[in-house]
Amino acid sequence: MRAALFVTCVNDALYPRTGIAVVRLLERLGVGVDFPAAQSCCGQPQYNTGYRRESEPLLRRTAEAFAGYPYVVTPSGSCAAMVRTHYPRIGRLAEREGRGPGLAALAEELVPRVFELTEFLVDVLGVTDVGAYFPHTVTYHPSCHGLRGLGLGERPQRLLRAVKGLDLVELPDAGECCGFGGTFAVKNPDVSVAMGTDKTGNAVGTGADVLCGADNSCLAHLDGILRRRGEAVRTLHLAEILASTEEEPLT
Amino acid sequence: MSSRDRILGRIRRAVADGGPDPAVPRDYLRVHGVRTPAETADLLAAHLAEYRARVHRADGDGIAPLLARLLAERGARTVLVPSGLPPRWLAATAVTRVEDRPGANPYELDAVDSVVTGCALAIAETGTIVLDGGPGQGRRRITLIPDHHVCVVRVPEQVVDSVPQALPLLDPRRPLTWISGPSATSDIELDRVEGVHGPRTLEVILLSGPAE
Amino acid sequence: MSGTFMGMPAFPDAAREAVRDPVLRANLRHATHTIRDKRARAVAELADWERLRAAGKAVKDHALRHLDRHLVQLEEAVTAAGGTVHWAADADEANRIVTGLVLATGHREVVKVKSMATQEIGLNEALEAAGIAAYETDLAELIVQLGHDRPSHILVPAIHRNRAEIRDVFTAEMGRWGRPAPEGLGDDPRELAEAARLHLREKFLRAKVGISGANFMVAETGTMVVFESEGNGRMCLTLPETLISVVGIEKVVPTFRDLEIFLQTLPRSSTAERMNPYTTMWTGLGPSRGADGDGPSAFHLVLLDNGRTDTLADEVGRQALRCIRCSACLNVCPVYERAGGHAYGSVYPGPIGAVLSPQLRGTGSAIDASLPYASTLCGACYEVCPVAIDIPEILVHLRERVAQGGPVTLGGVRVRIRPARGHTAERAAMRAARLLLDRPGALRAGERLLARARRLRPRRLPGPGRAWTDGRELPQLPAESFRTWWARERGERA
Repeated sequence: MRAALFVTCVNDALYPRTGIAVVRLLERLGVGVDFPAAQSCCGQPQYNTGYRRESEPLLRRTAEAFAGYPYVVTPSGSCAAMVRTHYPRIGRLAEREGRGPGLAALAEELVPRVFELTEFLVDVLGVTDVGAYFPHTVTYHPSCHGLRGLGLGERPQRLLRAVKGLDLVELPDAGECCGFGGTFAVKNPDVSVAMGTDKTGNAVGTGADVLCGADNSCLAHLDGILRRRGEAVRTLHLAEILASTEEEPLT
Repeated sequence: MSSRDRILGRIRRAVADGGPDPAVPRDYLRVHGVRTPAETADLLAAHLAEYRARVHRADGDGIAPLLARLLAERGARTVLVPSGLPPRWLAATAVTRVEDRPGANPYELDAVDSVVTGCALAIAETGTIVLDGGPGQGRRRITLIPDHHVCVVRVPEQVVDSVPQALPLLDPRRPLTWISGPSATSDIELDRVEGVHGPRTLEVILLSGPAE
Repeated sequence: MSGTFMGMPAFPDAAREAVRDPVLRANLRHATHTIRDKRARAVAELADWERLRAAGKAVKDHALRHLDRHLVQLEEAVTAAGGTVHWAADADEANRIVTGLVLATGHREVVKVKSMATQEIGLNEALEAAGIAAYETDLAELIVQLGHDRPSHILVPAIHRNRAEIRDVFTAEMGRWGRPAPEGLGDDPRELAEAARLHLREKFLRAKVGISGANFMVAETGTMVVFESEGNGRMCLTLPETLISVVGIEKVVPTFRDLEIFLQTLPRSSTAERMNPYTTMWTGLGPSRGADGDGPSAFHLVLLDNGRTDTLADEVGRQALRCIRCSACLNVCPVYERAGGHAYGSVYPGPIGAVLSPQLRGTGSAIDASLPYASTLCGACYEVCPVAIDIPEILVHLRERVAQGGPVTLGGVRVRIRPARGHTAERAAMRAARLLLDRPGALRAGERLLARARRLRPRRLPGPGRAWTDGRELPQLPAESFRTWWARERGERA
């Protein structure tokens, strides 16, 4: 089986280690990974901030970059939700407004092939034990777009529970937003940081060493707060934990 | 142009694009669970009690002594009696009866200790009694101003399971008062506290057997 | 953060104050968390919740799609039952109608049931200007009125006040409006409720004019419905001689039967109860046309537009008119919990306010232009909404209106508005980002520059970047981007 990695712009530029972890993890599970170089950003920052038209070229680019791949895997619930929930609408409206011929069809065609990482592992590959080893206490924050946008449910936790050595502790008020919210983080910085401070406080309160998530944008915000406050808890993307093995442990 | 015409015109232009016009899916449940009439009455009692109504049970012989006892325990000296209330219900009490008159002013009603009424129906799933101003129920204010309301529900014939079962039995042209427990508020810290402007004590008698 | 780059102030500035008020934060947290868990339990009792939600949505959509017909039908039914129907295109007209009706009774005092519509139009202020005293009788509204405060929640306008603060307001202010608070009043909620009972009772008993809103109006029968808890609603609806109800036109439902849905979903969504203590339904003056002494002898219904038809004209935004004002979206909203209701600058706070206010009032003011951004788009509001309003979808739609301008209906006229002020730099930045992201060559070069900058790890960024670094460290920059790693490892040009 082959899959295309949709690494996302944030991971490409800031968290390459997450992309690398996805490659190692999928290859370990027998999936050949391609990285179509034409890929870029899904356009969510533009779309969610009110610049829908600016997201149209990025929709086209994304759809064309991943044309022909039966599986497009992304380690971001947020970007997967952008494609699944908003691409069809963007395409439809662009056509209605006389721009972007074929955009709606491109969107419709792409949607069923895009999988968030935990969906791909659990639903497509049918695995929950990926043979990982990570001897730490971990708490998991399910980001909103994964939780409510995609309906990931317990998939991430099931994967984590199967990791050898890992002790998963429940995060209080886990379902509540961390306060990142894309440009919300800078448009409403006070509320954003207040939300993030409550979230990180809950994480610290669990006694976990690691606050795990499946969206690095949220984790960048939470990590920034943890480090500003001098907390010892570190943030890690789920993929990095799942890529860690006894032979090649995550350092 | 009148404002009526202006508003109606704006509406017609606003929806000229079509817009969603779905058929209403009525596949929600008519009743939540299967119950015998006795179980339905038990559920009504439980739900009324959960919202701090006091629930009693009586049969045809027991209703008069029970009402006499409840009024006595309350220390009521006067009781409002709506027209059409079965006289037998109050046969065992000597408390002064006050008639529900059209001209009564609110101050007179405020001086009355208790009120006894029947009801139009009761809903078990929500712990609700509904009054429609019919015989034995009186004008709406009589169950509002006195601080103590005793409401008699005939079991099983006046009890339905659910809200969807209740509506077809009610006449919207009549004034309808739905009562679920004594007055309450959630206005202080979003926590429920019983007892504000309406009767602070609601007693419900589930009356079985013949009504008269 | 400066208001220029990301084109803001208003909500962010007001929210900053709230975030820094520890008492307010604690009050809101306590109240919203209390009700959140209870709501979840009340909803879980109904196995058919999602079906009730879909049905409620469909009823309201259908009612709105044929709103003209339903309003005319309602008018006929109310008139036939002895009521009088008035139409008000905007707040001023509604206030003029109500003030005129009160003055015509010869009375100069009214008792009011909590009503969002009358708050929206500023009726109390209009009545006061005409020499009419309006007494709010809902406990929370009383707290707000006595405290010279503003409402901050749809259901519980005094949610920002805790019991001790309420005790202080009652002790200081009740005497100036009527019966003073009892000597030595404590802060137990039961005592506070008792104080309100005593204070308001004299007003109820002497009231000749009552003013209300309504939760629902039934087109086929002309029936008005008011849900409440305390009994103040019943007092205002049944004791006065004259009853005036001011109701938004979107409150109409086609049939009496439709109430079977909302009687199940509204109480569970708002106060988290199976059923609220009191619901009053009345149709005009009743079967005897007011002759039997049960309830008012005159009933006036004022149908209010005030921006609703403009909202109806917007194909995305119109779903906000389905709102039944339960406030479940406020109670689950993490932004509302921290910013508080006042920051929304409207009688409609929280997520629903963020989509209603900029539609009812337009996006012309700084606060209204900032409201669509007062959300992380986390979706918790949509999840709990009993009429399935996709609030995040409307927020994004309104962001587009603010940032890019576009077609909008104002006062019944279709116009094209310009982008809101202060978004020029943001628009340029979004465009520049898109151009960069749409050119992998440029993107790769940009990423290399970023990697070279990794040793500079500023704790604070200047300019707009401060909004990030004021509360957070910057992410550590990697030595190389993913695509560089891939090219190096896999020998493919990426």
